Amino acid sequence: MCSEKKKNRDTIAELLHGLRNKAFITGSEAVAEAVKRANVDMAIAYPITPQSESMHLVGELFAKGHIKDYYRAENEFAVMAAVHGAALGGGRVFTATSGPGTLRAMEMFPVWAGARQPIVCAFMCRGVSLPPSIQPENIEMGMLLDTGMLMLHAENGQDFFDMILQAYLVAEQPDVHLPVGVFADGFFVTHTREEMLLPPEDCCLPPYDPGFAPVPVFDMETPPMRITRDPLLNKSNFISGNANASWHQEVLAAAERARKHIAHFMGGLLEVENPGAKIFIAASGTAVSQSREALRMMQAEGMDVGLIKIKSIRPFPGSELSKALEAADLVVVPEFNAGGWLAREIRATIDRNHRVIGAPRVFGGMTMPPWLIVEEVKKALGAGQSRGGC
Amino acid sequence: MSKKIITPVASLAHILPEDYRDLVEKGPHGKSVGIKDLGSFKEITEEHPHCAGCGVSLGVRLALAALPAPEDTLVVGTPGCSFFALSQTAVNYSNTAFGNQNSVASGLKRMLSIRYPDKDKDVVVMAGDGGIADIGLDMTLHSWFRGEKISTIMLDNEVYGNTGGQESGMSPEGQVLHMAPKGKNFKKIPVFEMARTAGCVYGARVTIASPKRLGRAVNRAILLARELGPTYVQIYTPCPTNMKFSPADTIRIAKEAGSTHYAFEEFMTEEAALRIAVMEGEQGKIQD
Repeated sequence: MCSEKKKNRDTIAELLHGLRNKAFITGSEAVAEAVKRANVDMAIAYPITPQSESMHLVGELFAKGHIKDYYRAENEFAVMAAVHGAALGGGRVFTATSGPGTLRAMEMFPVWAGARQPIVCAFMCRGVSLPPSIQPENIEMGMLLDTGMLMLHAENGQDFFDMILQAYLVAEQPDVHLPVGVFADGFFVTHTREEMLLPPEDCCLPPYDPGFAPVPVFDMETPPMRITRDPLLNKSNFISGNANASWHQEVLAAAERARKHIAHFMGGLLEVENPGAKIFIAASGTAVSQSREALRMMQAEGMDVGLIKIKSIRPFPGSELSKALEAADLVVVPEFNAGGWLAREIRATIDRNHRVIGAPRVFGGMTMPPWLIVEEVKKALGAGQSRGGC
Repeated sequence: MSKKIITPVASLAHILPEDYRDLVEKGPHGKSVGIKDLGSFKEITEEHPHCAGCGVSLGVRLALAALPAPEDTLVVGTPGCSFFALSQTAVNYSNTAFGNQNSVASGLKRMLSIRYPDKDKDVVVMAGDGGIADIGLDMTLHSWFRGEKISTIMLDNEVYGNTGGQESGMSPEGQVLHMAPKGKNFKKIPVFEMARTAGCVYGARVTIASPKRLGRAVNRAILLARELGPTYVQIYTPCPTNMKFSPADTIRIAKEAGSTHYAFEEFMTEEAALRIAVMEGEQGKIQD
């Protein structure tokens, strides 16, 4: 339980950088461990197939008194609506979903962002129908890129734990106050047990203070009382059109302002390994782990290859990528989805984007053996050499 | 909220809009006023852009006048005709996505109970027939099954008004409407009966032609929701624009409905009946 004594002093540095103990747990358990330390007021759950066990574990936290209220709602859309209502009421909330659940709840994500709710939601990415799939892949992330929500992509269980806590810190900054989705590739992260480092249980985030919100709390305690908490939804006319447009601009601007907080709490929007290389693999999520192995294999062969781990998908590290890839000749982007949204994002960001190879792509539950990535790098180099020879 | 929070300091009062100052000085906050007092206090709803003769706008006005504690009432709705009046009110109003009002209200009520354990914050859903009986029916019913302490008020104009007059689940059987070109081929959805089965401790079916009854129903529903569980009020708010009658006939149409398919009906659990007896006995004593 979050100790009252610690609640009252600034435990953020202690939580992020203080002493930690080893734990051998799954990604789903890491979610519950993060929620336990996040001083969450209320969590709401729905077990759509596929759900991870994380929300069961969060329910156990409620039973033990770590969370003040918790219930199982009737569907994912209802869950996202109810956490929205709870956040309107001025408290800290949490929920989790995946794949088809994400799509069913889709209408609420832009509402969260538009209402400037600092909701944190974990997404245990899975395939979407049709054909039905409960397998790991992250196509749903490509569908959420323009909801206004901030998006962080965890490589492993440790990231998942850390990013949930960091997400609250970024989300609740008064100049941000936006929802944050923390994404992990289902099964690979959620169902895999790994050694993680966790701060002590009583080391928690300070409680959420709605008084710092840039929008009025919906509790009839904030003057003036005439508050419609939502942007105008009226017939098309100049005033309501402009009001809506400027509101959207502010949501986008708030996401931009999140960059400095992500840099502060997470050490940057991306990480670069071997920055002097001419060949790079750029990836997010578990594709980063597979890329690390591919990197090792190639380096053992004497190849000079670098790796870029993209942690923040929204905001997207455009200028950081451009800088890191300035001298690169080749950027290979392996992904766990058929759409290739990360390769598209990178192509849209850097110049000379013919350097970007959007491969390999695996989906439907397929794994991504490192040699598959090595093969794509070699294939691209071969093609480049033959082009160069002409 | 306390009246003190909304009262401006004297030196700044002149820069506030007149309707705000009126609300502070002559509003219903913290007073015991109701429908019978309309005209003697500053109402908490402002001018609205509804059509002439709109039953929904009258329904909203009457329901708002009957709130037992407007200074601590939060209203949740959904896009539709009701939005136009409800966004002009002096209570916090939220409408987010389509049909999710009872879910938003569930989360909101629970969070307010966490944050204000010693204070009654009334969460009231006010939405149309489309929002409550069609697109949001699952969430309406589940909030009742769960026993959420919220009041649900349906402004039933028996049609999708804002989108141009399409059939709703609450439209009468046989009615020709957009999307029902040969007439609606099933009965009104029995939401009122479902409310009783699904766990509402109190329900009332009224029309805007009976303001006193309407006010009493809304008042009872909100006070009972505070202590006992979900409550439901279904108000007939006829729509001259889409049902093609003269705006001057709205009250007559509502009155006729009151003696046909919209006859007044009320249900309550035994516990609710006992509570009403105590509450209204107390009110009676105060008035005496």
